[in-house]
Amino acid sequence: MNRVLEIAGLVKTFGGLTATDNVSLTVNSGEIHALIGPNGAGKSTLINQICGELQPNAGQIHLAGRDVTHLSAADRVGLGLGRTFQITSLLDEMTVRENLGLAIQAREGSNFHIFDRAATRSEVWNETDEILSGSALGARSKVMVGDLAHGEKKQLELLMALSQRPRVLLLDEPMAGLGHIESQQMIASLRAARSECAMLLVEHDMEAVFALADRISVLVYGRIIAAGTADEIRADPAVREAYLGEEDA
Amino acid sequence: MILLFEQLLNGLQYGVTLFLLAAGLTLIFGIMGVINLAHGALYMVGAFAASWVAIQTGSFWGGLLTGLVASGIAGIVVELGVMRRLYARDHLDQVLATFALILIFNQTTVLIFGRQPLFTSTPEVLSGSIEILPGLPYPTYRLFVIAVGLAVAIGLYFLINKTRVGMLVRAGASNRQMVRALGVNIQGLYTAVFGLGALLAGLAGVMASPIVSVQVGMGDEIILATFVVVVIGGVGSVKGAFVAAIALGMFDTMLRAFLPATLQQVMPGPEAQALGVGISSMGIYLMMALVLLVRPRGLFAGRG
Amino acid sequence: MKRENLLLLVVFILLALVPFAAELTGQSSWIKLVGQALIYGMAAASLNFILGYGGMVSFGHAAFFGIGGYVVGMLYHHFDAGTLFLGFIPGTDQMLITLPAAIVAAGLAAALVGALSLRTGGVQFIMITLAFAQMFFFLFISLKTYGGEDGIMVRRTNSLPGLNMKDKATLYWVVLGFAAAYYLFLRRLVQSSFGQIIAGIRQNERRMAAMGISTYRYKLYAFILSGMGAGLAGALMVNFLRFASPDMMHWSRSGELMVMVILGGVGTLAGPFIGAGALFTLETMLARVTEHWMLPVGILLLLVVLTSKGGLMALARKIMGGTK
Repeated sequence: MNRVLEIAGLVKTFGGLTATDNVSLTVNSGEIHALIGPNGAGKSTLINQICGELQPNAGQIHLAGRDVTHLSAADRVGLGLGRTFQITSLLDEMTVRENLGLAIQAREGSNFHIFDRAATRSEVWNETDEILSGSALGARSKVMVGDLAHGEKKQLELLMALSQRPRVLLLDEPMAGLGHIESQQMIASLRAARSECAMLLVEHDMEAVFALADRISVLVYGRIIAAGTADEIRADPAVREAYLGEEDA
Repeated sequence: MILLFEQLLNGLQYGVTLFLLAAGLTLIFGIMGVINLAHGALYMVGAFAASWVAIQTGSFWGGLLTGLVASGIAGIVVELGVMRRLYARDHLDQVLATFALILIFNQTTVLIFGRQPLFTSTPEVLSGSIEILPGLPYPTYRLFVIAVGLAVAIGLYFLINKTRVGMLVRAGASNRQMVRALGVNIQGLYTAVFGLGALLAGLAGVMASPIVSVQVGMGDEIILATFVVVVIGGVGSVKGAFVAAIALGMFDTMLRAFLPATLQQVMPGPEAQALGVGISSMGIYLMMALVLLVRPRGLFAGRG
Repeated sequence: MKRENLLLLVVFILLALVPFAAELTGQSSWIKLVGQALIYGMAAASLNFILGYGGMVSFGHAAFFGIGGYVVGMLYHHFDAGTLFLGFIPGTDQMLITLPAAIVAAGLAAALVGALSLRTGGVQFIMITLAFAQMFFFLFISLKTYGGEDGIMVRRTNSLPGLNMKDKATLYWVVLGFAAAYYLFLRRLVQSSFGQIIAGIRQNERRMAAMGISTYRYKLYAFILSGMGAGLAGALMVNFLRFASPDMMHWSRSGELMVMVILGGVGTLAGPFIGAGALFTLETMLARVTEHWMLPVGILLLLVVLTSKGGLMALARKIMGGTK
């Protein structure tokens, strides 16, 4: 098995509070690894450390065999780390097409050119139009992102993240705020994308987790209390007590 | 040695003046999130009102009262008329609107008082000097300014830490959303805080009026130093404003007092003088740049 | 697109005709007024690139304007006195040398200020840029060699081969040429790959970082480009007025440049030029009528900020019923 993302002994404290308590986990290539846990378990803190927005107090993060613990967020993206945001984060004053185009332009480089015309870079716009026409957003390409529905924004974020051709994609609650039909669409999109990259899926929606995940880790109070396949997690007494138990009771 | 001590006291006096200005500014910054370049204009209003009344009536104390009332009213009018519309705007609009206020305040003052500076004398009770160390007489009035400044600092400490209004102010300075969520009369709180800030700025102006020349534009010079204090201290922190104001007041005074003479020992006279004054003027800005490089949000930053 | 170019051409021709109109009507001060407005327009447009397109509220832009101006003044001073700058650089009065030198010097200063300031954001960024500008202001005040507070008189405008720069109209046309070229440069810049990245950073810096963009480097590059533009404008101004003084970098000058940008329209190409023209004309007109011209200017500015979004450009679009 080829480990795309490897986290070892990660610790993050805020004042007296330990938000990430010696967390280790791996994401193998071609795998969807789900990270679940109750609110306040430290999932977002963990994601932000993997992305490079927060520096851990201890531990290492390896991306495709390379130590990226002290690299900037942007440099990690360059090495193949993609992400989506829990609260969608897009360029609201640009259209759908311009958002995706800018993502592809960012990947293609030559971004310090000041005498070219961004609007005529065929390598950018051919790919943009191709991706859009193959997606549910094809008909919405000229719409301002600020005017999109929530579900459409989530879809666009996923398209932009995938357009970076990441080795591993961090999905921070991709189902959050989606209705039933939109959730089904998102699950289908993620399933279709699994051939392109590995994923670390942080999610509350257990239906989606059980539908998608190859392995599941359970984070409670900053600590991983269990890890395994969906069936193993369902059967784990510690998980039932600490987490699933809440819902059963 | 005695000269050094005297300059330290001068620095302290400048420092408390800066604090009177910075305390209001940092609260306004922290609670309403608004940049008020025109805060120095309120200082000018206080100084002019006080000087004019003092000259007309011969009473410093009457001037003091008038200055406080005038600056407080000016502050409340500005809050109701202009600031209120700026809270939700971005910093750029705030900078420009308050820049416009400076123009308006300065020109209105010229229209009323002309361009000639006003001069007032210190009240008789405080006009002498006190020998605080053997061989060092120090003007009583300046000691009075220091005492008033420190008293205000202590008063603000109690107001902010021991009263309900203070609790709201503290909560507002560190987390604006929280105060909104508490459901208090936010507009009233804003007006009160702005009025208090204006009052303190006016007090600084009144206190300075017998020491500096009271003229149009006097607020523009000191407001920049005040901003440096607020930013170094950490936006929203009155404690930070106090520490930074005293430190910068001393630092600035020391540089101006001793740097030109020091330079004259290694350079020809007039050039050393000019360079010394220039570098002294740069001192506080240099300090701010250095502090922000180490702590990008200032020394006592509230909001994370 | 075509209509826009046509409009630009018409405006350019009208501006080029100003010296003739001035001669016909005997209003020779028009040349000076329009020329200065064009130069301020360039400075404001350079600020607008980081402020309007890049979202960086710099309150110290006049520093780069002043530095560009001082380069021209200082080179002329050494040329005139036959001395060497720093002991090894001879002075010159050749515009083909002084302008590039001014651009480079302003760019270096912007690199220094930007590299340090861009580590902060928000209010702190506004204040630290102001602080650096104040440092430059006091630095030049303290340089007795270059006139201290009084500044440097440049007795003769820099020469350009083949042109009689003593002629007011010729000098005006040179300024107009630079302003037009700078406008076209900015138009290209905002449409370039780099310009798009900068626009993205203004809207959502975190998103751009998630695309692998090292936002700090891009912002710094933009800051330097912008400073260079201001340096060019300052150098032209000193040539135009034959005078360089610390006043050029006073903090109220930085405020004025921001006013021009807002008045004309943030994040538009023509806005800063329109804003500069409007403010400068208004100031000049009012100054003839009353010595208290700052009062109406202040009231007008306050009204513009409080009541309108988008400045004069938005107003013009509304009236013309144009798209976009």
